[in-house]
Amino acid sequence: MSTVKDDLRYAESHEWVKLEGDIATVGISDYAQHALGDIVYVDMPEVGDEVEAGEVFGAVESVKAASDLLSPVSGTVEAVNEILEDAPESINADAYENWIMKVKVSDPAELEALLDAAAYAKLCENE
Amino acid sequence: MEEEIKTTCLHDRHVDLGALMSPFAGYDMPIQYKGITEEHNAVRQEVGVFDVSHMGEVRVKGPEAEKFVNHIFVNDVTGAPDGQIFYGMMCLENGGTVDDLLVYKVNDNEFFLVINASNIDKDVAWIMKNAEGFDVQIADESLYYGEVAIQGPKAEETVEKVLGIPVADIKFYNFNVLHLDGEDVIVSRTGYTGEDGFEVYASHDFTRKVWDKLMEAGVQPCGLGCRDTLRFEVGLPLYGDELTEEISPIEASLSMFVKLDKPEFVGKEALARQKAEGVKRRIVGLELEGNAIPRHGYPVEMNGEQIGEITTGYRSISTGRSVAMAMINKPYDKLGTEVEVRIRKKTFPAKVVKKRFYDKSYKK
Repeated sequence: MSTVKDDLRYAESHEWVKLEGDIATVGISDYAQHALGDIVYVDMPEVGDEVEAGEVFGAVESVKAASDLLSPVSGTVEAVNEILEDAPESINADAYENWIMKVKVSDPAELEALLDAAAYAKLCENE
Repeated sequence: MEEEIKTTCLHDRHVDLGALMSPFAGYDMPIQYKGITEEHNAVRQEVGVFDVSHMGEVRVKGPEAEKFVNHIFVNDVTGAPDGQIFYGMMCLENGGTVDDLLVYKVNDNEFFLVINASNIDKDVAWIMKNAEGFDVQIADESLYYGEVAIQGPKAEETVEKVLGIPVADIKFYNFNVLHLDGEDVIVSRTGYTGEDGFEVYASHDFTRKVWDKLMEAGVQPCGLGCRDTLRFEVGLPLYGDELTEEISPIEASLSMFVKLDKPEFVGKEALARQKAEGVKRRIVGLELEGNAIPRHGYPVEMNGEQIGEITTGYRSISTGRSVAMAMINKPYDKLGTEVEVRIRKKTFPAKVVKKRFYDKSYKK
């Protein structure tokens, strides 16, 4: 069974987000890494890129296929997780520890539209 | 109309093993058990077993069996010894590919055709249509046969020790029909991985027994995920990617299997013309700089113009490189040509290379 962490918010497209101040850390859920299988490449944005809630900001690729990453928030990319450039499989090992990008959010209220842990766990159960 | 999904005789085994199941060619098939990388490496380094019971089998019998097979098949089976296997294609009159297949010669009056699961209905109809006027009987035996493929450097040892089937004397691309447990079992030294290996065709009951023995012995079950990565690395085509009704064997860079010195076969005229005049496009290998992964359908460009597209691409598990097979317009198909592959919003430099990204290790 995949884990859902209580202190995060989730998008229906399986990204998680954690807001600290106006900085949102974004990754993919344990459910998503499990469904993808062995992750071999993460296509990340560049620092300074503008991202928009619900829009593609990159992709995560398993051996078999590429899956788009949708940003759960709007804002400016402050950092990307460089560890993933050489070790994308880290996401398989721990999807919550190994974040993908940090975004300076332009509208923190957007998080309200995301799922809480209980609602996300239910979504995964029904998929 | 939505058709009901079919299952193979090993379906319950896959589910019990916790495989990730997905529809493929109308069948609910295992994509992976533990993980594609681990299963891929098992086949390259030791041994793995695949359920390929979804494949189709067609038997051609009769006094004109050889003549008929030569009529529908681009390779040449004339005068071959019993027990030999040929790889090749069936083509349309215009040279497009109906399917790629293996032809097993049982004897002068009997051939056994192994076809792709996705094409069974189409192929059988096409074979039947072309059989008019030939003294042959055609039987679609796809529902009778289960099939497993045991692949890898330890395949021979595994089949002999675990299954107790003698195979050391079977040469590459040859087969034996053995009488086991009261039925005829076909065992061939063939596969789709670039490694030594065997394919066993038998009843559903026998196939389940074979599978269970291999599982008990700890042989790695392998899904269709690594079947694709393995065949891709050694440059083998997949129907639907590198071969379609719009792609001829010549365009697929498989002309070595097209025997134009045969008196006749369906598509000969078109294929001879393509070979003489040259084709406008061809399947080649590409190697990308960097880590981005090319996928089926991604455009290949030069100076911002599309000159082709990716047919299959992966981060090669065995070499770690981002490589692809691609259909490229001439003259950009020459080895060493520098092109670009569009992956989402960016383009990545790539170079035309040989489409064998990893060396085969067949036991010949």
